[in-house]
Amino acid sequence: MVKMVDAPQGIEGQGFFATSLGKVIGMARANSLWPLPFATSCCGIEFMATMGSNYDLARFGSERLSFSPRQADLLMVMGTIAKKMGPVLKQVYDQMAEPKWVIAVGACASSGGIFDTYSVLQGIDRIIPVDVYVPGCPPRPEQIIEGVMKIQDLARNESLRRRNSDEYKKMLESYNIETQ
Amino acid sequence: MSQLDTRNQDKFVSTETIDGEIATLNLGPTHPATHGVFQNVMKVDGERIISSEPTIGYIHRAFEKLAERRPYNQITPITDRLNYCSSPINNMGWHMTVEKLAGIEVPKKVDYMRVIIMELARIADHLVCNSVIGVDTGALTGFTYVFQEREKIYEMYEEVCGARLTTNIGRIGGFEREFSPVFMVKLKKFLKEFPAKFQEFDNLLTRNRIFMDRVIKAGPISAEKAMSYGFTGPNLRAAGVDYDVRVMNPYSSYGDFDFIIPVGQDGDTYDRFIVRQEEIRQSLGIIRQALDGMPEGKHYADVPSFYLPPKEEVFRSMEALIYHFKIIMGETPIPAGEVYHAVEGANGELGYYLISDGGRTPYRLHFRRPCFIYYQAYPEMVKGAMLSDAILTMSSMNVIAGELDA
Amino acid sequence: MTAVNNESVLQMLKEEFTEAVMQSDTQYGMLSVEIPADRNTEIVGWLKSHSLINMGFLTDVCAVHYPEQKGRALVVVYHLHSWTKNFRMRIKCFLPAEKPEIATMTGLYNSANWMERETFDFYGVQFIGHPNLKRILNMDEMDYHPLLKQYALEDETRDDKVDSFFGR
Repeated sequence: MVKMVDAPQGIEGQGFFATSLGKVIGMARANSLWPLPFATSCCGIEFMATMGSNYDLARFGSERLSFSPRQADLLMVMGTIAKKMGPVLKQVYDQMAEPKWVIAVGACASSGGIFDTYSVLQGIDRIIPVDVYVPGCPPRPEQIIEGVMKIQDLARNESLRRRNSDEYKKMLESYNIETQ
Repeated sequence: MSQLDTRNQDKFVSTETIDGEIATLNLGPTHPATHGVFQNVMKVDGERIISSEPTIGYIHRAFEKLAERRPYNQITPITDRLNYCSSPINNMGWHMTVEKLAGIEVPKKVDYMRVIIMELARIADHLVCNSVIGVDTGALTGFTYVFQEREKIYEMYEEVCGARLTTNIGRIGGFEREFSPVFMVKLKKFLKEFPAKFQEFDNLLTRNRIFMDRVIKAGPISAEKAMSYGFTGPNLRAAGVDYDVRVMNPYSSYGDFDFIIPVGQDGDTYDRFIVRQEEIRQSLGIIRQALDGMPEGKHYADVPSFYLPPKEEVFRSMEALIYHFKIIMGETPIPAGEVYHAVEGANGELGYYLISDGGRTPYRLHFRRPCFIYYQAYPEMVKGAMLSDAILTMSSMNVIAGELDA
Repeated sequence: MTAVNNESVLQMLKEEFTEAVMQSDTQYGMLSVEIPADRNTEIVGWLKSHSLINMGFLTDVCAVHYPEQKGRALVVVYHLHSWTKNFRMRIKCFLPAEKPEIATMTGLYNSANWMERETFDFYGVQFIGHPNLKRILNMDEMDYHPLLKQYALEDETRDDKVDSFFGR
């Protein structure tokens, strides 16, 4: 019993289907997110379990994990980010093409976790904008999948003009990320 | 025989290059094949590696400084995150260190329970390492088979402590509760069904001609060099030295169990793979022996100043209430002194050097992390090798970033 | 053939090096010997090449900071292990905090390389003769040695966490 994605609302007739462009593109983007697993520590092992056959993430369209930022849509930051790793994370984020989403998996990526020390970045939202936070130490695979489903909701309902709007550009500037 | 001859790395360490150009290749901190964040800046001549310089510290979380701030029972979650693929072993090692310092004797039943949990953790860690060696050669199927078995081990951890990966299992003085009947059922089912599934995984890779051609003679190390570089664990045993902390300095009643230590010959990737496969089988044997010979007794030592009293008594008796308050607040009567205790982790000798001044928190806690010590031999192991063999060497050494950086 | 245990090894060390064996005690079954910092390679080298004791394995190198002890504030601790005789011991060298210099063990044991770099990174102990003494775990730009007791665990420059809420 295979569950298919519902078609968006539209006007249907003999040989044609009319709907708004935003809905079609939203549906396509949401169901084919290619993640970049930026796995640094323990949450990375839970991600490996999520990609395994028991909690298969590939059924949500994330079949192809891309380790190259140029070909990825979703940056999944899993694990503690130390201050030494911060510039690397920023560079990987900069290299991704729009539209891109970021999900912070685990307590360490969201806020530094239990490591309130001199060497750990207290949350990746200090250097890059984050869309979804998944708390847990480590979060269960079901929680990681729920986080990806929330990203799917965001991708499905996003306006096509959002990435060019002034508000978005101002947000990126507040993180010192250069925009064209 | 001809394709194995080209592996001879000594022949290729020379200063003549193919076209007079040495390229610098950055096997950077984010790379699909480096399982964990560490960086290697390599100088390559075509496909041959001339030299490599590792940089680590990308996930340094300052465990040793953090441990000086936390009371003894709050340090267990930190030890979880050292080698997170086999966190129960780290937890048990820490509890045994504190018990050694405080002079606590645990009943034999606790020892056997600890052995069962530690051997399950060892199986889980070796399964990850071996399946990842397969993935790095392109064999992705083994990974999916093996992770299904790891889910069964996770379910067993959940029955005992509630968590899957970073377990915080056990307490100083024993376990928080008896093994439940559901756990026993799951364990017996695992012992019955796992060998067949493991044999399926074994059939995919161990005598597979393509796999063997790929990993034999990749990243070898001799026994003397391994000992000088501080190797312990499966990496050392693959080089031919049968050093195992469970046999040399037995702890937790390991002397009662009958198991062999598998030893390799060349110290190359194939030997490391085979040693880990055999250790999984030996661990299954140890778990069976522990289960069959489990003695009667309590699941905790009788030390009310370290081990939380049962909740019914806390609500009724004054002493239990005071002990409960003191343990939670961290006021445990640890004597001043220093102790070094080592356990056989999945990667080798995991040591805890604890100095206490009699206060709430340790004065100094140092982790002797096996990954950190043997990774320094990596540039020597890949000198003259081809780039793809270097990737295999790295993944077969089972470098876990949490243990590397701490 | 004498047995190799805490008493006999201490005896052999005292016979060979008399005044260099400054203090010793046995805690929890492990012999712990204090030696002067300038003779560490000599004494450990003797222990390694001794035909009976044969300390072939360097288990661990670390340091401890005792800020109240003036002139002996930093201790470099070596854990040694003899596989043939199954004998472990601990060697301690006390150093003053103003000038923490000690010779490197990399000539005797290759594994001391990174362990000494870690000790330098955390405590500022200078290992003379080390091939590559620079920071290993912390960022290269860091200008202090974090595990010394006078420095705090948390990042001092952060402004979002109110210490009083966290019990600090």
